[in-house]
Amino acid sequence: MNKETFHYDNKIVKWFAYATMLWSLVGMLVGLLAAFQLVFPVLNLDLAQTSFGRIRPVHTNAIIFAFVGNGIFMGVYYSLQRLCKARMFSDTLSKIHFWGWQLIIVLAAVTLLSGFTTGKEYAELEWPIDILIALIWVIFGWNMFGTILKRRERHLYVAIWFYIATFVTVAVLHIVNSFELPFSWMKSYSFYAGMQDALVQWWYGHNAVAFFLTTPYLGLMYYFLPKAADRPVYSYRLSIIHFWALIFLYIWAGPHHLLYTSLPDWAQSLGVVFSVMLIAPSWGGMINGLLTLRGVWDKVREDVVLKFMVVAVTAYGMATFEGPMLSFKNVNAIAHFTDWIVAHVHVGALGWNGFLTFGILYWLIPRIFKTDLYSKSMANTHFWLGTLGILLYAIPMYWAGWTQSLMWNEFTPDGTLKYQFLETVVQLKPFYLLRSIGGTLYFLGAILMVYNLIKTIRAGKAVDDEAAEAAPLSDVYEPHHTEHWHRWVERRPVQLLVLSLVVILIGGAVEFIPSFLIKSNVPTISSVKPYTPLELQGRDIYVREGCYTCHSQMVRPFRSETARYGEYSKAGEFVYDHPFQWGSKRTGPDLAREGTQKIRKPNSWHFNHMYEPQSISPGSIMPRYTWLFENDIDMDITEAKIKAMQTLGVPYEQGYEKEANKDLMKQANEIVADLQKENIKAMPQKEIIALIAYLQRLGTDISAEPTNTQK
Amino acid sequence: MKFIHYLENISGVSIYPLTSLLIFFIFFVVLLWFVLKTDKQYLKEIEQIPFDNNKQ
Repeated sequence: MNKETFHYDNKIVKWFAYATMLWSLVGMLVGLLAAFQLVFPVLNLDLAQTSFGRIRPVHTNAIIFAFVGNGIFMGVYYSLQRLCKARMFSDTLSKIHFWGWQLIIVLAAVTLLSGFTTGKEYAELEWPIDILIALIWVIFGWNMFGTILKRRERHLYVAIWFYIATFVTVAVLHIVNSFELPFSWMKSYSFYAGMQDALVQWWYGHNAVAFFLTTPYLGLMYYFLPKAADRPVYSYRLSIIHFWALIFLYIWAGPHHLLYTSLPDWAQSLGVVFSVMLIAPSWGGMINGLLTLRGVWDKVREDVVLKFMVVAVTAYGMATFEGPMLSFKNVNAIAHFTDWIVAHVHVGALGWNGFLTFGILYWLIPRIFKTDLYSKSMANTHFWLGTLGILLYAIPMYWAGWTQSLMWNEFTPDGTLKYQFLETVVQLKPFYLLRSIGGTLYFLGAILMVYNLIKTIRAGKAVDDEAAEAAPLSDVYEPHHTEHWHRWVERRPVQLLVLSLVVILIGGAVEFIPSFLIKSNVPTISSVKPYTPLELQGRDIYVREGCYTCHSQMVRPFRSETARYGEYSKAGEFVYDHPFQWGSKRTGPDLAREGTQKIRKPNSWHFNHMYEPQSISPGSIMPRYTWLFENDIDMDITEAKIKAMQTLGVPYEQGYEKEANKDLMKQANEIVADLQKENIKAMPQKEIIALIAYLQRLGTDISAEPTNTQK
Repeated sequence: MKFIHYLENISGVSIYPLTSLLIFFIFFVVLLWFVLKTDKQYLKEIEQIPFDNNKQ
């Protein structure tokens, strides 16, 4: 058959590689800042834009969507063309994709630092950016599918299945979790409330890990690891099981982020069961990766690319063993809300995503630039710095997590809690410092890599259009002698997409439909009332400042928690919370019952504490929120906020939006008058007053319920 | 002790978890049945795809 000559587009791969390098450094640097802020609160700089609650989402978003995102596109654009034996479908789409994605990253950084956030982890970006993400993602999918459709290789290699599943699932996750009602050009309320918002969010959050940090990287592993080792994947059969089982099971596992919360029991159980089953496909993938190196382990000693990849796959194995373990309710009871989870995710991020990306970069750049790596010893130094960095990061965090949990749960022989929350915070500082040093080592390694790669790039010359030739597909397919239905799917990308979509929708549907339709899943509590306008404004400030990054609002039904915080949380308490603010980490104490008699503090305490936490709680690592004392509450927007809430089903009376500001000022004046009693001069229109109102409201509704009155 | 007793102990057990258990079970059986029946020679060809274009 006649062979056709064509050119692979290396230029777009090169661009994504540059972006990966740039954003890796930025994302890690912001992470380092966040890490050091937890040891030295002065590094919050007393500025809104640099306070931990805003820095932390910038770090997570930068690592996930900027560093790993560009890493995915770099790897996909390189491997997809070669696996399809075709140039990317459209250079224009490639360019729009590239620049669109970088624009999203810049907009994300600017808006998050400015306090525009939805308050939902890893989905913090506000609605205009959400729309832009959806558009650019479709461009990526269009370009990918165009390439697949004009391919010269009949069968879709397993890596491409992972790419297709990634595309379709991320699209579904992003759209469903981003349902929000805009009330201004940059702000919106989540369409869902309370328990349902939590379920959707963690279905998203968990599967963002699955389909953004895992499936595309598994696709890359199935291409780049065999290439680097120069031998085919250990078992193609295993890769087929790996693929279908992984995408099918992963989607169910979200509720394991909500164990012992107000999520209905049956949903928690589903989350646990499927999380435990997940170990099978995950380890299938890891074993498949590691066994690909059978017989060439001697190469691993020599080749720095393979070293990075082996540690990456091993870290994947460790994280995916730990994940199911953490999903057991008894283990989760210890680990949830602690630094253990931080350790767990960093084994995944630093080990699996980071090291696989580094391995691919070290392999790819010399090939695109037709030269040798500038310095192998420098790359080896990077490897050791990175490995040590991971250890020095993870071990103190595990230790911190266990310490935290043990201290939270310890009772004296008299039956009272042994430690104040603050004592646990102070205890953890040395671990936080060690973690920061581990992070610094890892970051230094990455700087070495970027320097090494820049030197390599300078020494070589990029082949932007790489010539290749292959025979076109024949019009008539001659089936293999034992044709099988799956063979049929493997040749048909569109059907594969549809089948993947069906497979990933099953888990979501089974968990969502009953949670939304069956009323008994959220038992109503008659005394739970909508927030007052001032409290609503305060709540939005709470969301804006990212308080949820350190404070949970979810008292679990344990003795140690009810003794510390009060009555455990009920699903019915959160029905007006758009978005929910249950949080996932307790760097500071839980705030779900902050306003109740048991732990209520005077208004003046909050006032002084927000101005200078260390003066009230010596040793505290909370940032100062001085700007709340200067900024005025945006009263022009109260009406739009109340209206949006009405649309979402919050029962404010008809026409209340017009009266809201009057009530707002009335309540604010009461707080100011109360502060006045303690000789604190405050102005009612300042943001701090709204925040105090919100904090004093937290968890109080249930006390009004006669059957639930606290003793 | 019948199997159903274990299920009844799960609070809120109903058609949903039962269906999902069945889906899960059938899913794996089909998957296993399929890979075990796949032709070895064919798999050998497919796993070579990444290497076909390695002419740099």
